[in-house]
Amino acid sequence: MTDTPDATVVTPPTTVPNPGSGAAESGTSSAQGTGVIETENMDVFYGDFKAVADVTMKFAFNEISALIGPSGCGKSTVLRALNRMNDLIPSARVDGEVRYHGANIYDPSVDPVEIRRRIGMVFQKPNPFPKSIYDNIAWGAKINGFKGSKSDMRDLVQGALEQAALWDEVKDKLTESGLSLSGGQQQRLCIARAIATQPDVILMDEPCSALDPIATLRIEELMLELKENYSIIIVTHNMQQAARVSGKTAFFNVELDTTGQRTGYLVEFSPTDELFTSPRMKATEDYITGRFG
Amino acid sequence: MTTQTPQKSPLDYFPTEDEYQRLLDKRTRRGTAVRITFLLMLAVAVVGLGILLYTIIDDSFGIVAVVNENEPEDILAAYGYDPTVTVLSDLNKEQLVEVLAGSISSGVGRRLEREQRFFADRLVFESQAKWDEVCASDEPPSGCGGGVRSKADVVALVEERVIAPDIIDASRLTASIFNPQRFKDKVEADFLTNPDRYEDYTFDQVRFQWRAWFSWKFITSPASDKPEIAGVRTAVLGSIWLVAITVLFAVPVGVGAAIYLEEFAKPTRINDFIQTNINNLAGVPSIIYGMLGLAVLVRVLEPITSGSLFGDGAPNGRTILSAGLTLGLLTLPVVIISSQEAIRAVPNSLRQAGMGLGATKWQTVRSQVLPVAIPGILTGTILAVARAIGETAPLILVGAAGFITVSPSGPFSQFTALPIQIFQWTSLPQEEWRHLAAAASLVLLVLLLSLNAVAVLLRNRYSRRLT
Amino acid sequence: MSTERGVHDADMARQLARKPRRFERLIVGSLFIAGAISIAITIGILWELGSESLLFFLDDDVTLGKFFFSTEWSPQAGSFGIWPLILGTMLITVIALLVAIPVGLSAAIYLSEYASPRVRNFLKPVLEILVGIPTVVFGFFALTFMTPLLRSIFGSQVGFFNVLSAGIVVGLLIVPLVSSLAEDAMAAVPDSLRQASYGLGASRLETSLRVVVPAALSGIAAGVVVAMSRAVGETMVVTLASGASPRNFSLADDSLFGYILSPFEGAQTMTGYIAITASGDISYDTIDYNSIFAIGLTLFVITLGLNSLSRRIVKRFRQEYE
Repeated sequence: MTDTPDATVVTPPTTVPNPGSGAAESGTSSAQGTGVIETENMDVFYGDFKAVADVTMKFAFNEISALIGPSGCGKSTVLRALNRMNDLIPSARVDGEVRYHGANIYDPSVDPVEIRRRIGMVFQKPNPFPKSIYDNIAWGAKINGFKGSKSDMRDLVQGALEQAALWDEVKDKLTESGLSLSGGQQQRLCIARAIATQPDVILMDEPCSALDPIATLRIEELMLELKENYSIIIVTHNMQQAARVSGKTAFFNVELDTTGQRTGYLVEFSPTDELFTSPRMKATEDYITGRFG
Repeated sequence: MTTQTPQKSPLDYFPTEDEYQRLLDKRTRRGTAVRITFLLMLAVAVVGLGILLYTIIDDSFGIVAVVNENEPEDILAAYGYDPTVTVLSDLNKEQLVEVLAGSISSGVGRRLEREQRFFADRLVFESQAKWDEVCASDEPPSGCGGGVRSKADVVALVEERVIAPDIIDASRLTASIFNPQRFKDKVEADFLTNPDRYEDYTFDQVRFQWRAWFSWKFITSPASDKPEIAGVRTAVLGSIWLVAITVLFAVPVGVGAAIYLEEFAKPTRINDFIQTNINNLAGVPSIIYGMLGLAVLVRVLEPITSGSLFGDGAPNGRTILSAGLTLGLLTLPVVIISSQEAIRAVPNSLRQAGMGLGATKWQTVRSQVLPVAIPGILTGTILAVARAIGETAPLILVGAAGFITVSPSGPFSQFTALPIQIFQWTSLPQEEWRHLAAAASLVLLVLLLSLNAVAVLLRNRYSRRLT
Repeated sequence: MSTERGVHDADMARQLARKPRRFERLIVGSLFIAGAISIAITIGILWELGSESLLFFLDDDVTLGKFFFSTEWSPQAGSFGIWPLILGTMLITVIALLVAIPVGLSAAIYLSEYASPRVRNFLKPVLEILVGIPTVVFGFFALTFMTPLLRSIFGSQVGFFNVLSAGIVVGLLIVPLVSSLAEDAMAAVPDSLRQASYGLGASRLETSLRVVVPAALSGIAAGVVVAMSRAVGETMVVTLASGASPRNFSLADDSLFGYILSPFEGAQTMTGYIAITASGDISYDTIDYNSIFAIGLTLFVITLGLNSLSRRIVKRFRQEYE
């Protein structure tokens, strides 16, 4: 299935992305061999504390990439570095480069608001706004300068809810509070909300950790559908989930330095079936076979 | 015993089971005693509050000893009514005006008529020619503008000017209920022992009647130097003006500052300094704010605060605007701190959700954070404003004028306020004023308690919604 | 739809470039100004107290030495020694604390360690109402209830104006402050400490007095200091109930307990002097006008010192548990 076994920490930026994903069809960029998001020697600090060290990886177009690893390995930190969500923490700082369509998003000239509008995010705990279901979705479009009429907006809301497989359940109660939905529905509402702003990439930070198995299944199916149109990067603590949905999986581990600081690092980033069946690194094998973590 | 092994186990140092039981009983008893002491101490606070409220209500109602210049019964009898079944307001307006005209000088009558006419179709005290002349002058009196005195107004005038009651002594509520005779005896004894005290009255003229110092009439009558007719309208209106200015200043600035500090301020030196500074300001005694108001608002900014910069103004800076702003400055730190708490209570997930959609910080704050924080901000603000209404010391400093009977008409008016009125009436030695002070306190407390109730309701609704 | 925009790499850097967002900057700028107004207030207070006090001390009648060491304050006679006013303030503060500390602490211990939710739900609002009552009403209460009560207990040695009545009522006024701050401090004591104490077989009383209160002591102390600062700055009760004459004294001639520290006689306080002087017709740039600012500056320094002390204590207390 794969022809590029060198997709690891040291992946050279020229590597052709996994043709098994949708990237090959998606157009101009992939032809040049770049991913939608690339990181190069990225370190993330909280104050003096180095949370993640030296991450170099490339996320392909229209593919689901999963980040797994033991707790404290910095996988969520990496994810939040990709759309500058870490900016909201005053002490956070990123070294190295994160490129989005080739542009370094940590360049001082870059507007973080512009990044987040293109790289949407779904959070660990469903966090709908305490507003109506309709307004939850319409707000993101409004603030991003949606120019359409009222009925265009209604179409947009409906489209987003349909894409998030929530429309049938909520079409009769669009004016009710988003908080009135069940946990799984809330999370799908958050996904619909993210979709409605027409992002390019969707980051998902353990989107199912607060949900029951049935709701989890719905979200996983949804991710597979969304893959057709979006590039998705998901952090999960659940290896089976990574195996079920992702095309490529990155394994992060954590190491203690001499001062007792725990710093996360990327062990390997490979096509998912490869990583789970024949991991290249010993640490990965230990982790997926349950020997630690 | 002593010959046995000298080695002792730790258990030997502990009491036996019996001893332990006794010890436990003792500990329990001591616990109960202390607990009761705590409760008694706590009761001091509750009882203190109870007595305070009791004192105020007790002084707000009661039997008074009155000497009337004209008895209302005589007036009624003169019109052929039975005084035992009719009251003054049963007379019609024509009769009442006639009674009034029979008692007051024509000069006073003309003044009253120029203030507001008695009848739409005829003049009572003024000749038509003179009236036309006065109304054609450059500054026509308010009576020319039309509008007719209501019957209730005329009744009040008759009570004030014809009956002209003089309260010579007053009793408290509980004493009036349980032992009215003692009050009567006391007044009679006063007449016997000290006949000079009541000028040319005799005890036979004294009537004992119930009086509610706290009444709707009290709230709607203007201030006066006669306790019989003095009310708090001027003071209440002054307080309302003050609150309006306080709110207009402290709420936008305070909430803005809170938003800045909670959402936008990076932990730089200047922002830390602002925060510390606000905490310090919250502890500054209110009288110091009064001095700030006096030195800066009243004196330095007089052209602005007196209104002279904008044309017509007050003679000096001791205006509603100065006082309202002083209270605003005083309230500001409290509004900031309570708004900060409300904003801080908004879950971070909402901010992340907003920012994650590509909203700017301000868009997120305005549309997602503030709507959730507003009930909390409102609660804190209402409590802060309620405190401002009761503030007295700063108003004394910025010169709430001593004796004002004209209702304030704008931010550049001189004014008095409820707490000031209470302060002045409390400072006066005569018994009657003390009852007025109590009634005014009651007005103030009712106002504050309703504001507090609104705040509590808001808080309860808010906390229910969050759970 | 992802291909519709932003995929042309060359354009991306331009598309991501910072937008001017003038409206947003304007908003944040005005919010900052709102925050900075508090600094203007502080500068205003310092400037006004400082400059007018300076004029006061520049007056020929006044010397710093006399201000700080003389025990006579009679502006009419040209003697400006602050001690009589400080004495009045101190007497009332001490009496107030003697009332407020036992009552407030008992209330706090009872509410946080003993009371059932039902009792709490009754008592907390009572204390909150007490907070909401304006001080001028407390002044009325002192004059019309407390003073007559004291006169009926202690006889005519109690003056019509006296510090005892004012002190007790100020004490009642600050009870809620002491109790709520002390309660906060005790609520911050980790439950594990209480459980440890119960686990050793201690009773409720032993736990609350020997474990919780000592653990919360610095928080409680901070609350008492704040209450003290509040009592020092309290104006209306003392103006109404404690009289308008400074208690001038001479350490050599006057008896310490019979007169200087007597609770039964009136004594003007710092705040009382300011209020009374300002309530008359006061003309700018007179020695009277300037003197209230000198007193105000003294009052400001004392209260600021007490508040900072309290904040420092709280900070230490927090460190113990975090």
